[in-house]
Amino acid sequence: MLRRLVDSVRPVTAAHERTLPVLAALEPLLPAGGLVRGSSVRVADGPGAMSLALALLAGPTRAGSWAACVGLPALGWAAAAEAGVALERVAAVEPGAGSWSAVTAALLDAFDVVLCGPACRPTATDLRRLSARARERGSVLVGVDAGRRGAGGRGDGTAGWPADVRLGTDAAVWHGVGSGHGHLRRRRLTVVATGRGHLARPRRVALWLPDAEGRPGPAADHRIDHEVDHGRHPVDGVGVASVVRLPTRTSG
Amino acid sequence: MNVGPVRTLAVWCADWPAVATGRPPQVPVAVVRANRVRAVSPAARAEGVQVGQRRREAQSRCPLLEIHEFDEQRDARAFETVLAALEDVAPRLEVTAPGRCAVPTRGPSRYHGGDRALAGLVLGRVRAALGAPAGTDRVEGGGSLADLRCRVGVAVADGPRAAALLAHDARDRVGPVVVPPGLTAVALAPLPVGRLVQVGPVRPGTGRGEDLPDVLGRLGLRTLGHLAALEPADVLARFGAEGLDVHRLASGREDRPPRVTDPPADLTVELGLDPPADRVDRAAFAAKALADEFHDRLASRGLACTRVLVVAETEVGDRIERLWRHEGGLSAAAVAQRMRWQLEGWLGSGRATARCRGGVCRLELVPDEVVGDTGRQLGFWGGSSEAGERAVRALARVQTLAGADAVRVPEWRGGRAPAERYRLVPLDSVDLAGRAEPGPEPWPGALPVPSPALVWPAPRPAGLLDEAGRQVVVGGRGLASAPPARCSLDGAAWVEVRSWAGPWCTDERWWDPLGHRRRARLQLVLADGTAHLLTLESGRWWWEAAYD
Repeated sequence: MLRRLVDSVRPVTAAHERTLPVLAALEPLLPAGGLVRGSSVRVADGPGAMSLALALLAGPTRAGSWAACVGLPALGWAAAAEAGVALERVAAVEPGAGSWSAVTAALLDAFDVVLCGPACRPTATDLRRLSARARERGSVLVGVDAGRRGAGGRGDGTAGWPADVRLGTDAAVWHGVGSGHGHLRRRRLTVVATGRGHLARPRRVALWLPDAEGRPGPAADHRIDHEVDHGRHPVDGVGVASVVRLPTRTSG
Repeated sequence: MNVGPVRTLAVWCADWPAVATGRPPQVPVAVVRANRVRAVSPAARAEGVQVGQRRREAQSRCPLLEIHEFDEQRDARAFETVLAALEDVAPRLEVTAPGRCAVPTRGPSRYHGGDRALAGLVLGRVRAALGAPAGTDRVEGGGSLADLRCRVGVAVADGPRAAALLAHDARDRVGPVVVPPGLTAVALAPLPVGRLVQVGPVRPGTGRGEDLPDVLGRLGLRTLGHLAALEPADVLARFGAEGLDVHRLASGREDRPPRVTDPPADLTVELGLDPPADRVDRAAFAAKALADEFHDRLASRGLACTRVLVVAETEVGDRIERLWRHEGGLSAAAVAQRMRWQLEGWLGSGRATARCRGGVCRLELVPDEVVGDTGRQLGFWGGSSEAGERAVRALARVQTLAGADAVRVPEWRGGRAPAERYRLVPLDSVDLAGRAEPGPEPWPGALPVPSPALVWPAPRPAGLLDEAGRQVVVGGRGLASAPPARCSLDGAAWVEVRSWAGPWCTDERWWDPLGHRRRARLQLVLADGTAHLLTLESGRWWWEAAYD
């Protein structure tokens, strides 16, 4: 009886120690319900890639983990704070072109999550070495393909990353803005997770990224074609209540 | 060991951060941190700018106000000129903070012929170092002292904190204040209790005893004399150890019961540098490792260091040392920061001229005064968790690989534009335990939540056309000339605009010909589903950020 109880409890605690918690909205995407220590994640270029990467950071940093952002000069810190990232446990590093790999390796030693931007252009050898380092140290290496135009990045960015989990975004629609009125309020998009093992069959989750408060949140599945904007005009404070007719979505 | 309070001379340079900006006193200057004014120049004060105001409030009082960001490193570097002028007057000069220093008077007074002679000499030296005309002796009616770059107060009293309080009070006087031995309590008596936040453990920001002066004031104890008249036992019973400490200060007694032993010798740490470090960043990096070791040794004995002697030796045999005091106990990061300031002053960084020949070949840290660690020690990053210490160590390694300025941390500044709300500051220039938190102030005209996830470091050119192919402009009434129809970002192909919002117009610093910026922002959703933030300034469109 006791043995059975021990057996049933053990894997749960082990999995808990081996994963970093993520926001509840992202849990259905990831095989273990969190970021598995020692794994690598790649956020592919697409609408909302940067927001998705920031949402991934929010859970671990709030739970006390430290995160480093390498080669992401265009990261919007205000958006990061709104997404729930604990900025007091985040450092940003802008290494020179040559020292990128060594810097990331040093960061993987101590930081639970290391976010690498498109300015980092690793060779295949670098990537193998870094993945091995992450596995050994139990940290998570996240490659982000966002803001390539802004970073002046050429080449294929992080496309060649041998990631355990690949996250792509699809069908992004902004709500709240009309023609000359309203403002960007929230965006609905679908995140697709692919990878090995449990993720051989892709998982799709609809998210508000961000929702009206700037945070990532789960989106209900029903279609929303119209949204009433009761927002006040943010500058002059004149209340504008208008029906914002949004463009009809082409795909669900 | 002496048992009574140590007679101490204290120097207080008022509004040092404003002085350290190097601007002449006629220019209104305010130094701000996290959107609050920390120090102001005399010209700005005359216009009604006060410490603690919000940036915007200060600017509305004084439209020509020059705003400088708070930079402790700059303050410390500038203070080095004052310290250099005092070094040969008295040994064992100790620095409390940039702008404040103290020295025990026993030896120097006898040498220079009494406390008054010493204080006069020190005041003269400090004023000369700050560029005051020689023979300054008038102050009434906006006399020559008003032309000084800095108001300096010098006081001699029993105990370093009492002297600091009196020096702070003496900053508008012509001469120094010298309190005869044993009469310190009398001299302190008329000072309001609110002054206590300036010195001692009742320090703003540490969170301990911060509200004590306020509580005392509400109980009717408005001056230090009222406080000193109470029975120590009553104060202890009502206010605890913090209250007793303040009571001791008010009654002119030693800060704490006198020590009976010197710190153990094996707490001293030293480090040889081979080859000698001739650049500040190399020496400062070595100093950081040394500070960590120093801190570990103290921590293993449950001690905190309140005064540390930093010694550097150069390859040609010069030896320079400086004492640093901190009432709350110095954390490893604080020691490393002080060593860096000091090395910058000595090795010369930027405009400062090098004061020592050759590179630094040996660094030493000697604990001069230790107390039992009562848990006042601040941890790294707000909590001394193991993960935090590992992270700080890793960042130090990264600094050797990528340069000290490559590692930065976000700090809240406040502002309207997405790029202004948080700013990245170099790791070395920020005390990780005391980072600014977002304040409750509203920013009228700020862009609504959510913020863009990608903010370009520099705005990129953009084009915005209406149906007829003319550029969209924003008129004086804040309306767009025509609905935007096509948009080109950073020289890319023209894309159709699906929906748009705005414009949000901001007219910032309209009173200032140099800082004036008139901008209008538009949110655009393009045909490909992406959303962007465009800014119109001086008739040109810029791509400021992407809602990625």
